[in-house]
Amino acid sequence: MSIAEVNRTLTGILGKENVVTAQEDLICYSFDATAGLPEHLPDLLVTPTSTEQVAEIVKVARRYKLPIYPRGSGTNLSGGTVPLKGGIVLSLLKMNKILEIDRDNLTATVQPGVIIQTLNNAVAPHGLLYPPDPGSMATATMGGSVAECSGGLRGLKYGVTRDYVMGLEVVLASGEIVRFGGKTVKNVTAYDMVRLFTGSEGTLGIITEILVRLIPAPEARETMLATFGDLASAGRSITGIIQSKVIPATMEIMDRVTMETVENYARIGLPTEAEAILLVEVDGIPEVVRREAAAVREVINRNGGTVKSAASEEERDQLWAARRAALPALARKRPTTILEDATVPRSKITEMLLAIQEIGRRHNLTIGTFGHAGDGNLHPTILTDSRDEEEMERVHRAVDEIFKTALALGGTLSGEHGIGMAKARYLPWELGDQGVQVLQKIKEALDPEGLLNPGKMVPLCPNIRVNDTGSRREGRL
Amino acid sequence: MNYYDLSVLADEIESCMRCGNCQATCPYYQETGSESSVARGRIALAKYVLQGKLKYTPVLAERFECLTCYACNAACPCGVPIDRIFLAARAAMVREGGAPFLKKLMATALKNQGLLDLGFKTAARAKGLFFKPHSSGGLTPRFPLGLDLRRVFPPLSPQTFRDGMKEAMTVPGAKGNVAFFTGCLANYVYPSTGRAVVEVLNKCGVSVLIPGEQHCCGAPLAINGIMETAEQMARSHVDLFSGLEVDAVVVACGTCGESFKKKYVNLLNGTPGYAKKARELAAKTYDIAEFVRNIVPFDRQLLKEVVMKVTYHEPCHLGRGLGVTREPLEIIGAVPGLDFVPLQKPDWCCGNAGTFNLTHYDVSYNILKHKLADIAGTGAEAVITGCSACRMQLEEGIAREGLGKKVLHTAELLAMSLK
Repeated sequence: MSIAEVNRTLTGILGKENVVTAQEDLICYSFDATAGLPEHLPDLLVTPTSTEQVAEIVKVARRYKLPIYPRGSGTNLSGGTVPLKGGIVLSLLKMNKILEIDRDNLTATVQPGVIIQTLNNAVAPHGLLYPPDPGSMATATMGGSVAECSGGLRGLKYGVTRDYVMGLEVVLASGEIVRFGGKTVKNVTAYDMVRLFTGSEGTLGIITEILVRLIPAPEARETMLATFGDLASAGRSITGIIQSKVIPATMEIMDRVTMETVENYARIGLPTEAEAILLVEVDGIPEVVRREAAAVREVINRNGGTVKSAASEEERDQLWAARRAALPALARKRPTTILEDATVPRSKITEMLLAIQEIGRRHNLTIGTFGHAGDGNLHPTILTDSRDEEEMERVHRAVDEIFKTALALGGTLSGEHGIGMAKARYLPWELGDQGVQVLQKIKEALDPEGLLNPGKMVPLCPNIRVNDTGSRREGRL
Repeated sequence: MNYYDLSVLADEIESCMRCGNCQATCPYYQETGSESSVARGRIALAKYVLQGKLKYTPVLAERFECLTCYACNAACPCGVPIDRIFLAARAAMVREGGAPFLKKLMATALKNQGLLDLGFKTAARAKGLFFKPHSSGGLTPRFPLGLDLRRVFPPLSPQTFRDGMKEAMTVPGAKGNVAFFTGCLANYVYPSTGRAVVEVLNKCGVSVLIPGEQHCCGAPLAINGIMETAEQMARSHVDLFSGLEVDAVVVACGTCGESFKKKYVNLLNGTPGYAKKARELAAKTYDIAEFVRNIVPFDRQLLKEVVMKVTYHEPCHLGRGLGVTREPLEIIGAVPGLDFVPLQKPDWCCGNAGTFNLTHYDVSYNILKHKLADIAGTGAEAVITGCSACRMQLEEGIAREGLGKKVLHTAELLAMSLK
């Protein structure tokens, strides 16, 4: 096999404009948004425009035993799109049409390259909403977010991507095209293959069409910012709000390190002497919103917090400014930002926050923690410099401990970023060796040659026969 | 220490967290969908160049070319100085591989004012030889000339703006006096803009001096990484304008304004005898909209009705570059009789981007199409803008698509109202 030969074959199928081999371009596909991972060059980049072309590319890849890495906007945070073993990066950005908005069934059918925000802009005039709202929603694709099962700020009330995917068209590793699911609200036909492919991180098939559920957009909302003198009071408020039968759309927390950083950067008048703040938003029918907001205020006051409600859209923007500034402010402090998403049952939020602070102290690292307190999904953010080997060693130990702690508290490795390369080695800690073997069996059943996104999530099978061109390409640079 | 040198930018390059937020705002990426045309990918390329892992190739040099519209800077959560990294990367490419022929030609012409003058005047007189009239009143090339045959250019002015003006236009009992840096396009293509700036300033009670020895500000060279020549031009302008007894320097173009307010300071920051003068010149340079709104405000009582439906296109270098975003809108808001309809995306690049428009005509025009659709959606008769390069681009699109709309510089609108 030579790459030139593969190039000729693929060019014959896709046309010259859809096959890229220039090193200057391929370098830009050797990484994604994940910090602290080595870069790997692909051999080719292809940009198919139809499901049939995707299927043809898979057949060519099979013939030459070249790995394929499906890719949307490359904004994932688990190394999900890094071409670890060389081969073909398959960008789905040119398949970017919204095929249908069905107002009778409250569904939308989209190609994988549609940007999440674009879908929401298209359904908003109909008074509809596609709720999953990852931080990258202005850039991330629907295909990528289905493959990663991304979450977002509204997860507490509205769930994550998988709660909205009703049907998928998938190109299998064999090159065959299959469709699962449909527009019916009820569907118990056979295994739930839609859920299997959702969050499969490109390891089981290539998603080429997506049918999602839409909901009526909430009519009203109220936003509140609560300040606490200690972490435990903030933690008690989180559980207290849920106990009072209120499920806010958003319940975000920021610790003191994050607040100080945000305040230094943005000067928005945050109480830096406070130990934690909560940003709570309730939404729905106006009468319900009023009642729920009153309940939230009552719980916060009872737990010794002070609460400020937004009286207008401008005030809401001001309250949100702090949360929006969290990552940018942290990211400006040091060159490298390691953002994790270990998640615990929300009753354990306080313990988790305190444990992260302790881990930071022990390893002499700056860790700012913010995140989706209401659903237990925290973002401990380690500020470091990937060029400092000694410090990176401490970072890796701290990350290990964060995951161990989350699991010990009954939590999980990843709330919304996925496993990818970054967390694959921790899988046995949560699933056990037997659990990981189940994943491997599923992987082998659907992708026996290990062509699809090798080295992500599922450990490489011992009988792998894929052409690993990764090391050769790395050597060239 | 050279400000535009990759070797001093290692930390800045490292500070890109690769989140990809730049994808959402990059007009070039929106057309190509290629990671090698957006900041995140290109910063990775710059890192390889810095580390010596990538050397000049024509393809690599092209990968550092862009609109230089700063939309990525504005979207970057980490505050990476992306424009500076790109300019430094372009400078590295020019050092290693030399500037391409077209750009070398441009550099020579822009550096040499006599040659530039001769070139434009010859072109203005000989235009019938090379261009044929377009139905819009513009000109379209007869021969390729290195230009796309679909293009429509505004007719060059047979007499340059500066030739048609006295060097000093004083008003009795002046509140102050300013030097007007005209910029090439107001001088050669849109003398009406130049005249409007002088009229408006005079109406504000400000005397205007137009130094005859001024030349191109050098931005097209600096933006293309031709730093040595850009630095020579910076020195020449710092000498010229620092030597004048004026209260301020006024520009009518965001790109020229950035040269005076930012690039000269950066290019000359280590040059003995120039660094301080460049900073002082920067501190007293203003865009015309900013000057007549905040520094010597125009008299609202003098404004006469202008009945027209207008919209406003914000030039990248004026808005994101110089931060002059409110003032043009306040001027539009002050003129009685105007019906102002904002664009959906007023600060989205029009695609001209100076030389980018010559080297990447198709992409440039595709970017323009979004702007034209936005303009058409407002139903405005005229587009107000603060940059003659944007104006050229908008007029070309309006002519090619037969939209029949006018484009006016903010100063021209204000001059109409002050008549």
